[in-house]
Amino acid sequence: MSDQPFLQLAGISKHFAGTRALENVDFACDRGTIHAVLGENGAGKSTLIKIISGVLKPDAGTMKLDGETVEFSRPSEANAAGVVCIFQELSLVPDLTVADNISLANPPRRLGMIDRRAQRQFAESILARIKCEDVDPNALVRDLSLSRRQMVEIAKALGKSPRLLILDEATSALTRNDVETVYELLAELRQDNVASLFISHRMNEVERLCDTLSVFRNGRHVETFAKGARSDRDIVRLMIGREVDAQFPPKPAAGARAPRLTIENLSWENRLKGASLTVGKGEIVGLGGLDGQGQKELMLALFGVLRGVEGQVRVGARAGIPASPVEAKSAPSRICLVPEDRKTEGLMLPMSIADNLLAASYAKVSSGPFIDPGRERSLVDDAIAKLHIKVGSPQDAVATLSGGNQQKVVIAKWLMTDPEVILLNDPTRGIDVGTKQEIYRLMRQLADEGRAILFYSTDYAELIGCCDRVVIMYDGAVVTELSGEAINEEAIVAASLNITSSSMESVS
Amino acid sequence: MSGLSSAATSIRQNRGLYGALALLVLLYLVYNILHPRGFSSAVLIQNANESVAIVFLAMAQTIPVLLGGLDLSVGAVMTLAACIASVLVNGSPFQIIFGMLVTLAAGTAFGFCNGLIVVYGRLQPIIATLATGAIAMGLALFIRPKPGGDIDGDLNWALTNSLWDFVDTYGLFNPDAAWFAPFSWIPVPLLIVGVIGAGVWIPFRRTVMGRTIYAIGSAEGAAYMSGLPIDRAKIAAFTLAGFFASCGGLYLAIQTASGNADITQAGAYTLNSIAAVVLGGTSLLGGIGGAIGSMIGALILRVMSFYFRILSIDPLLQPLVEGVVLLVAVSLGAFGVLRIKNRLELFR
Amino acid sequence: MQIALSRLRPEDRPVLISAAFIVVILILGTIYTLATQGTAPLFSPNYLLQQLQTGSFLGIVAAGMMIVILLGHIDLSVPWTLTAAAMIATAVGGDMALPAGIAVGIAVGLVNGLGVAWLRIPSMIFTLGVDSVMRGLMVWHTGGFAPQDQATPLMRTLAADKLFGIPAAIFVWAAVSVVIVVLLSRTAFGRAVYATGNREGAAYLSGIRTRWVIVGAFVASGVCAAIAGMLLAGYSTKAYQGMGNAYLLPAIAAVVIGGTRILGGQGRYVGTLVGVTLIVLLNSVLSIMQMPEAGRQVIYGCVIVGMLLVYGRGSRNIGG
Repeated sequence: MSDQPFLQLAGISKHFAGTRALENVDFACDRGTIHAVLGENGAGKSTLIKIISGVLKPDAGTMKLDGETVEFSRPSEANAAGVVCIFQELSLVPDLTVADNISLANPPRRLGMIDRRAQRQFAESILARIKCEDVDPNALVRDLSLSRRQMVEIAKALGKSPRLLILDEATSALTRNDVETVYELLAELRQDNVASLFISHRMNEVERLCDTLSVFRNGRHVETFAKGARSDRDIVRLMIGREVDAQFPPKPAAGARAPRLTIENLSWENRLKGASLTVGKGEIVGLGGLDGQGQKELMLALFGVLRGVEGQVRVGARAGIPASPVEAKSAPSRICLVPEDRKTEGLMLPMSIADNLLAASYAKVSSGPFIDPGRERSLVDDAIAKLHIKVGSPQDAVATLSGGNQQKVVIAKWLMTDPEVILLNDPTRGIDVGTKQEIYRLMRQLADEGRAILFYSTDYAELIGCCDRVVIMYDGAVVTELSGEAINEEAIVAASLNITSSSMESVS
Repeated sequence: MSGLSSAATSIRQNRGLYGALALLVLLYLVYNILHPRGFSSAVLIQNANESVAIVFLAMAQTIPVLLGGLDLSVGAVMTLAACIASVLVNGSPFQIIFGMLVTLAAGTAFGFCNGLIVVYGRLQPIIATLATGAIAMGLALFIRPKPGGDIDGDLNWALTNSLWDFVDTYGLFNPDAAWFAPFSWIPVPLLIVGVIGAGVWIPFRRTVMGRTIYAIGSAEGAAYMSGLPIDRAKIAAFTLAGFFASCGGLYLAIQTASGNADITQAGAYTLNSIAAVVLGGTSLLGGIGGAIGSMIGALILRVMSFYFRILSIDPLLQPLVEGVVLLVAVSLGAFGVLRIKNRLELFR
Repeated sequence: MQIALSRLRPEDRPVLISAAFIVVILILGTIYTLATQGTAPLFSPNYLLQQLQTGSFLGIVAAGMMIVILLGHIDLSVPWTLTAAAMIATAVGGDMALPAGIAVGIAVGLVNGLGVAWLRIPSMIFTLGVDSVMRGLMVWHTGGFAPQDQATPLMRTLAADKLFGIPAAIFVWAAVSVVIVVLLSRTAFGRAVYATGNREGAAYLSGIRTRWVIVGAFVASGVCAAIAGMLLAGYSTKAYQGMGNAYLLPAIAAVVIGGTRILGGQGRYVGTLVGVTLIVLLNSVLSIMQMPEAGRQVIYGCVIVGMLLVYGRGSRNIGG
């Protein structure tokens, strides 16, 4: 170990149009460590990473790499210095091949032109290193699944021989197997004296992998400590700055409930194969299972986005699968969907908060063909107040809000339609702890009002903490249903892997 | 990966291109069968002459389209180049060559300016090139207020006929030599398009700059994050478009032995170049396709217009048939959309 | 001045800048006329009204085009829709002339909407094809000659006569403008247009009928083109081949100069009004100066680029 940290930030500050993203940050990272960066959304982690990897320039402060002061104006300069970042939003070009993408900016060349054979061989060697030999280097990235794309992104980063590797929520889209591979890879890199910065909201991953943890809050570096030096509770407290009580609101007593949403034998292409489940009035039903088992497609089918769906769906009095979102959201079914990607599916980012809030409720604010500005304003103000959305003015662009507040706008938009059935597609992904808790409380409150909630989450803790019942999907069908005390992590994991109780083996 | 399956992958990925090629071959075959003097050298040469300009323009249009943009000035730049050529390309051999070089340089420089405006002015290509196209037309009108001009007679003959005539006109060697016989029938315009078009485009596509252009059209954010030279690639794209447009203009001037600053004609050429690009399998959204496909698309358009001469269609119906065929042609690719089962995929 | 400019909301800046530029054009033109003829016709109300009268045709086309551009699409079928509506209206004659022309506009709009919203063909190429088909239909219908049908008295009145001293055409333009402004700012359809133009996927998932929004926009554009065509036929007393060609690119330019983003989602109708006025006045000043076509084209192009550089700059908004 060298005496000096490999990466050293001193006095780094960054402002964006009035917001202080980073304030006088001192931060250091050593070689041969896996260093976690924790913090809520808006804590400054993203900005920190962007500055280290050359996407942004700091307003003040210095950065030293291996003892030398550096200043990156663009990502390629950082790459040249050995700083490589794997972003949450992938940096792959969908219409180019895997091999092209792995060597995107710096391919092997011959006579000024790209040497495709050398490029392919390079890709094959890197893919082998991350156990992805099954990925065809000549395949277009567009044709790969999300998990494979993330692995290609990792391959691309590895191909640049990093000295400092930054992973920004890089494991969120991966299958279990691939996640294990990444863990092994990080351990290897640590052996090779590479420094890794690991950003994740998944505490179990952080605890498993990282030897050093740093907490950021409100743009400041709060504390850095070794693994084990602080309890989970302490860590959360450091992150949100206040005592945290029970994370999840209490659940009501289990009891028979009138079914509000009934699904029987839902099938679609080869993604849904006879899925059946029921959600009762006032119930929160969790949808679990590994990624990509049909959970997303189930919700899209219920919302009328998919064509050629077979099976029976009954919502309250109405039978039949909705043919479009317009039909789904209208009476009597009144289904709403909070989609997976709020930035591209839930919001119109450049438009104002008010416009986004009203997007599903034009009829409510119209008298005749015209919109009533008075009613508009009052509904918008109500929505903002009800969900405690932190806004400057409702006319500001929704893009200026933090991730958690943006998600609240999406939810508020739908609450304005007074839905009976609420479909939530991983609503707390990438959201800070404080807002997550608000969302859990809101879910329970909505359920208590008699609505039916179907809640897909990739976080076991959420499924266990929020849901009255949990159904696990595997390969397009519902394989297990858990309720009450039976909802625990082992059961969920076992069901996700399709290990039935009759062949139950001890799951470590 | 075995050779056979990688060939299959390649065909699948280039469906648009191979489909267009098949269509072109079919159309041209049927045309020659129906033509009273089909499969003859004279018809081939005439067809080739009339195709060069639009083929070059289609290639020019392809590159900004690959970026996800559009160049509405290509027709005007072609016209400007033709007018410049009609002034300069005559006189002594030195003057002729000089004139040709100036023409090409002018078009390329214009394209370069387009690139500068789009990149450093941060304007959307559609509207920037709409405006610069008007400027190019204005300049063309200054140079040639009325159609006319003078092109070297030998050049005109040599470049609009077969290789035999080219060799004969310039006395390069004995055009009846036996070794030359298999090549002597090749129309020079085809050769010009092939050599310049393919000769410039294919290597360019294989450079990092070429790859950057595709990347920008496919995912500009990702391209930036990956450190690709975005600004330089955009400027290069428009510059190359200007180059190909000026090639088309130069040929047009040589072929017609005059320069004609006709706004309507320039506009029609520009819009046809867009149609050719789409027919050739390049996506208007960017990232997919290539100039070879656009060449084929342009040839398809041209061959379709040739049909009118040989089929006795009421001349009053011709524009209607042209319009319907164009509409159907661009709609063909759309029927894949009807098979999409997840409507979210429609909103790219 | 710079500070004042930057305090304005982004959508307002183009409007004010183009309005300022109109004043500049008028002043420069007047300097020219004072110097060469000793008169200042540009500031005479009669002259301005006359210019606005001819500008009303462009204005109506631009109004419809704006809605399509707000969706991020473009309508290249305007030239021959305009012409077809004029030809059909004059051919039908009598009381049914105007409804017949409007029906043409609606029909073309529906076809465009079908191709763009259902078949998902890029609007640039589909409307181009439709324009070609309309041209074909009109060539066939008229036998290639200029149609001899006369414009109906109503068409002539609306185009050429004056009401309270102001040309009736301007009233028609004003009426269209009021409808468009109300549509865009006060109806659910207008909100849906902005939402769909910003991000169609999110608008669709909010339960907005995005396909019908697209159809509605193209129908509006078709109807506006039809109205402009019939007015123009009234002004010229008959329809003629190619009468619509001169309106396409200036309409697009007017919309864009007025601050509407060519990619959609942002723009105010006031901007389009100012943009049209600017182009019309620029044209008339250049006519007074007897500028040859060559000079006009160059100036036209430079003005568009210049103005867009001053305010139309996209942010470095890469990837989103």
